[in-house]
Amino acid sequence: MRRLVHWLALVASAMLTLAATAQAPRSGGELIFPVPSEPPSYDGHREETFGLIHPVAPFYNTLLRVDPNDPAGTKPVPSLAESWTASPDGLTFTFKLRQGVKFHDGSEMTSKDVKASYDKIIFPPAGVGSTRKGQYALVAAVEAPDAYTVRFRLKGPSASFLLSIASPWNFIYKADLLAKDIHWYEKNIMGTGPFTFVEHVKGSHVVGKKNPNYWDKGKPYLDGYRAIFMRDSGAQVAAVRGERAHIQFRGFSPAERDSIVATLGNKVTVQESPWDCVLLVAINHTKKPFDDKRVRRALTLAIDRHEGSKALSKIAIVKAVAGVQVPGTPFATPPEELNQLAGYWPDIEKSRAEARRLLKEAGVPDGFQFTFTNRGIPMPYEPLGVWLIDQWRKVGLNVKQEVIEAASFYSVLRKGDAQVNMDFQCGYIVEPDLDLYKFLSTERNPANYGYYQDPVLDDLYDRQSRATNVEERKKLIRQFEKRLLDDEAHYLMTLQWHRIIPHSAKVKGWTITPSHYLNNTLDTVWLEQ
Amino acid sequence: MAVTPRTVEELTRAEAPRPGWASAVRDFVRQRPLGAIGALIVVVMVVTASTAGFLAPYDPLETDYAAMLGAPDARHWLGTDAFGRDVLSRLIYGSRTALMVGLGASLIGTVFGAVIGVSSAYFGGRVDLVVQRVMDVFFAFPVIILALAVVAILGTGAQNVILAIAVPMVPRCARVVRSSALAVREMPYVDAARAAGFGHRRIILRHMLPNVMAPILIMMTAFLGEAILLEASLSFLGLGVQEPIAAWGLMLRGAAVQFAESAPWMAIFPGLAISLGVFGFNLFGDSLRDALDPRLRTQ
Amino acid sequence: MASYILKRLLAIIPTFLGVAVLIFLLLRVVPGDVVEARYMGEGGQFQSQDQMQIERKKLGLDQPLWKQFVDWMSGLARLDFGLSMWTGAPITEEIKLRFALSLQLALMATAVATLLAIPLGILAAVKQDTWIDYAVRVFSIAGLAMPSFWLGILLILVLLVVFHWLPPMVFTPLWVDPWQNLQQLIWPALAVGYRYSAVSTRMMRSAMLEVLREDYIRTARAKGLWLKLILSRHALKNAMLPVLTIISLEFAFLLGGLVVTEQVFNLNGLGMLFVESIARRDYTLTQALVMLVATFFLVVNFAVDIAYAWLDPRIRYR
Repeated sequence: MRRLVHWLALVASAMLTLAATAQAPRSGGELIFPVPSEPPSYDGHREETFGLIHPVAPFYNTLLRVDPNDPAGTKPVPSLAESWTASPDGLTFTFKLRQGVKFHDGSEMTSKDVKASYDKIIFPPAGVGSTRKGQYALVAAVEAPDAYTVRFRLKGPSASFLLSIASPWNFIYKADLLAKDIHWYEKNIMGTGPFTFVEHVKGSHVVGKKNPNYWDKGKPYLDGYRAIFMRDSGAQVAAVRGERAHIQFRGFSPAERDSIVATLGNKVTVQESPWDCVLLVAINHTKKPFDDKRVRRALTLAIDRHEGSKALSKIAIVKAVAGVQVPGTPFATPPEELNQLAGYWPDIEKSRAEARRLLKEAGVPDGFQFTFTNRGIPMPYEPLGVWLIDQWRKVGLNVKQEVIEAASFYSVLRKGDAQVNMDFQCGYIVEPDLDLYKFLSTERNPANYGYYQDPVLDDLYDRQSRATNVEERKKLIRQFEKRLLDDEAHYLMTLQWHRIIPHSAKVKGWTITPSHYLNNTLDTVWLEQ
Repeated sequence: MAVTPRTVEELTRAEAPRPGWASAVRDFVRQRPLGAIGALIVVVMVVTASTAGFLAPYDPLETDYAAMLGAPDARHWLGTDAFGRDVLSRLIYGSRTALMVGLGASLIGTVFGAVIGVSSAYFGGRVDLVVQRVMDVFFAFPVIILALAVVAILGTGAQNVILAIAVPMVPRCARVVRSSALAVREMPYVDAARAAGFGHRRIILRHMLPNVMAPILIMMTAFLGEAILLEASLSFLGLGVQEPIAAWGLMLRGAAVQFAESAPWMAIFPGLAISLGVFGFNLFGDSLRDALDPRLRTQ
Repeated sequence: MASYILKRLLAIIPTFLGVAVLIFLLLRVVPGDVVEARYMGEGGQFQSQDQMQIERKKLGLDQPLWKQFVDWMSGLARLDFGLSMWTGAPITEEIKLRFALSLQLALMATAVATLLAIPLGILAAVKQDTWIDYAVRVFSIAGLAMPSFWLGILLILVLLVVFHWLPPMVFTPLWVDPWQNLQQLIWPALAVGYRYSAVSTRMMRSAMLEVLREDYIRTARAKGLWLKLILSRHALKNAMLPVLTIISLEFAFLLGGLVVTEQVFNLNGLGMLFVESIARRDYTLTQALVMLVATFFLVVNFAVDIAYAWLDPRIRYR
C-alpha cells in the first residue's frame, strides 16, 4: 500500500512538473532592453535604422506581419488585415481589415487610414521622404472601396508583393493626422499597436505601456517596456550581464556572448541565427586586371570559406557559408549544391591551385599588388578585411588595405576609383527581390559598385521577380547565383553574419529571426517570474 | 689666489681638458642615471626596429587559425592574437612603425614649428602678430580633434598619420621656439649680419636657428614620446595605421579589448611596449633638458 | 593695466574668427555629409539620390558656402547654436546632456592631478637628486608614458578579475545619486588625473628648484628656517604661477579632449559627442562643440595672461 502511495506521489509530481513546463504566458512585468542608436525621427516610412524599430515599432501595427514564431522570418500572417485574396492573374490583392481596431486616441482604424499610409509610402508628395518607395514600383494604385477593404492594383505579377506588405516599416498611420500635416508622424506617435507611448527622454530612453484596448485580446502580456539608449556595446553587455536589462535585440559578438554566459550560467538563454546581413567584395570591373573574369574567379577561389567560418565565428559576428540567400530560408541553396560553386569547394588546395593557374593565364604576376578599400567599422569589417587579405596572400597576391571612415565610404566608392572594396548588404526581410537587387547592372542600380553591365543577370532577376510558382522561382534564383558568384564572379560573398542574442532566461515568447528589424512589436513576449 | 701662467702653452694646458665623447657619456650616466636609463631604452628600441626581420621569430602577418587566442607558451612567448599571429613578432615589428611615425611626425612638426617660430620672431611687427594669431587658432583645438580632422580629410594610413600628428605640434613648437628666438634676435651678431647685407632666409637659417637648437632638441624628444602616444591613440580609434600592419596601438584595438578577460596578453604587452617607449624618450628628453639648461622653462 | 586687458581682449577676436572659419571649411572639405551618413548607414538599397537631395535641402546644405557661414555666424552672435543635423534637436540640448559629465570629469581629473603634482613636485625639488627625487620623476613620467586608454583597460580588467566588479555604465548626475556617480567617474578621473599630473609635477619641481636657488632661501636653509620661509606667500607664489598656468590650460583641454578615455569607460561625454558628430558629418554640432571648447580655452588663456600681468608688472609693457 505504501509503495502504491509512493508511486502515485511520484507520478503526480511528475505530472505537475510537466504542467509547469508547458508554461502559460504570464501577464505583467516591464521589459528592459538597450538600443544602440537613437532614431533621428519617428517616421517608419522614412527611416532606415533599427534604432527606430526597436523602441517605436511596438506603438504601431502593419497591415500584415511576419510570423513571429517562424525562425526563417519569411511567412506573412494577418495583422491589421485578417485575410486577403489575390486575383487569378496576380494583379489585384484585396485585404479584409479587422473591425473595431482603435488608435490610441480612441478613434477607429479603417481602410482610409491604410490607404493614406500606403499612399505616403508608395506615392509620397513632394518633399516627403519615403525610403523604400522603389520597392513598390509595381503598385499602380491603392484603393479603399469600403471601410474595411483595401485593394492594391499591380502593374505586373510580383512574387514578393505579399511579403513587402508585411514590412516592419509600414506603420499604419491615422489618415486625419496625415491630412492635417503630412510631416506629423516625424515628431509624433499615434498608432494602433500593443503599447502606448509614455515618454521619450532624448539621449536616455523610450517608455511604452500596455495598451488596454488592444485588438488582440489577451495581448500584450507585458505591462510595458523601457528602451534605453546605450551607444556602447560594452555598456549593453554590462547591462545584460548585470541583469539590469533583459535582452538586446540587435546582436552581440561571440566574445560578449561568452562573457555573459560565463557570468550568468543558466539564467541566460542564447538564441542564434544566421543574419540577413552580409559583407560582400565588390570588384571594380572598370579597373584592369579586374575586367578579366579569370582574375575575379581567382579572387573567390583563393578564399577558404569553410575554414574561415569555423575560425572567424569565434571572434566575429559571422558564421554561415552562404550564397545569395540566408541558409535556412525557402530560397537558399542547399550545401551540396552550394559547394560546387567557385570559392565554396571543400578542397581548398585544389581551389587555390586553380586560382594560381587562372592568375598566371590572365598574365597577373606573382606578388601583384592591389588595394582593398574597407570601411572603418570595427565589427565585422576589420576581422573580415584581415582575413581576406590573408587569403589572397596565399595565392601570391600582395594586398594593401585602405580604410575609409564610415561616413565618407560611399562617396569615395561612387567616384569609381577603388579597385576592390568591401560592400555591405542588410535586408529587413529575407526576400530575393530585396537581396538580389544589388547585383543588377550598374545602369539599373547605381549602388552596384562592381560597375558592370550584365543583361543576362538582369533578365534572370526580372523573371524570378515575376515567378509566382515557387519551384520555378527557385530554379531561376539558382541560375542567378551561379552566374553571379561562379561564372562571372561579379561580386563575392564573404560569410553570412551571425546573430547572437543572449538574453535573460525570464524572457519568453520571442523567437530569433534572421532580421533584426522583425519581431519587435513585443506583443508575444512575456516575462517569467 | 691666482696663479700666473708663464707661457701660452701653460695657459692652454691649465684650462680644463676638452671632454671627449667617452667621458661625456660617462659623466652623463653618472650624473643623470635616469636619463641614461631613458637613453638605453631608446637605443634598445632603435636596435629592435632596425633588426626586426632578424629578431622576430615569426612573420608578423602569418595567421594560424588553429592557434587563435593562444596563451603564452614555448612556441609563442607572448601568445597569439585573434588570428593566430605571434604577438612577440608583431611587437617587434611594431617598434618599427612606432619609430617611423614618431620620428617622422616630430621631425616635421619641430622643423616647421621652429622655422615658423624663428621667422615670426625675426620679422616681428605685423607678421609676428598675424602668425601668432594663426598659431593661436590651431592651439585652441584639442590635439586629438585636430588629428581627427586631418585624418578625416586625408584618409588613414601611415603617411597621413604622420601629418595628422605633426600638425598639432607645429604651433606648440613655434610658440616655444619663438620666445627663445626673441632673445636671440637682440644679439649683436644678428644686427651685424643684417648690416652686412645677408638675406632674411640666410640669417634665419644660418644664424638664428642654430642658436635655438637647445629648445628645439628638447621639443623634439618630448614630441617623439607624444607622437608615439598619439599614433597609438589614433590607431586605437581606428584612424591610424591599418591592418594587417603591425603597430602597437592597432594591436590594442578590437579583439584585445573584447577578449581582455580571457586573453589578457593581447592587451597587456602592446600597452607595455608603448609605455616603455614613451617612458624612455621622456626620461631621456627630461635629462637632456636638465643638462642643456636647467633654467630653461619650457612647456 | 587696463590697456593691457584691452589688448588681450582684442587679440581674442581674430583667433575666435579664425577657429570658426577653420572648422567650417575643414568640415566641408571632408568627403561625405550627414544625409549620406544617415541613409547609407544600413545598406540603403532603394535609396535614390533625389530622395537624399530633398533631405539636403531641408538642412540647408544646398545653399552656397558663404551663405551657410553667414547664417551660422549670425546665429552665434545671437547665441543661437542651431539644430543638430543628425537629430534635429537644439544643439544646446545635446550639449547640456553631456556637459555635466564632462565638466565633472575634468574637475575631478584636475583635482587628482593637482593633489598629486604639488606635494610630489615640492618633495622632489627639496630632495633633489636623491632616490626620492628619482622615484617621483619615474612615477610621474610613467603616468605621462602610459596611454590613458590602456590604463583604462587595465583598470577595468583589474576591477573585473580581482574584485569581480564593474563600474556602473549609465550616468547618474552628482545631485541625483552621488555614490553611484562617484563609482562611475572615479576611475577615469584617476586614469586621466594621473596622466596630467606628470607635466604639472615636473613644472612644480623646476619652479620649486628655482625658489630654492634664491640666496635668501639658501641662507635660511643653512640656518634651518627654510621650511617656514618657503611656505611664505612670496616664495610659494612665484613657484605656483607657472604651475597654475599649466593646470588651468590642461583643464581647458580636458573638456573636449577626453575622446579615447570616454570610449574606454563608456562615458557619454563631450569627447564622444565630438567623435560622433564628426563621424556623422553633423556640421552644426561639430562647429558648436569646437567653438565651445575653443572659447573656453581662450577665456582660460585670457585669465591666465591677466593674472600673470597683474603679478608681474614687467609683462604689461611687452
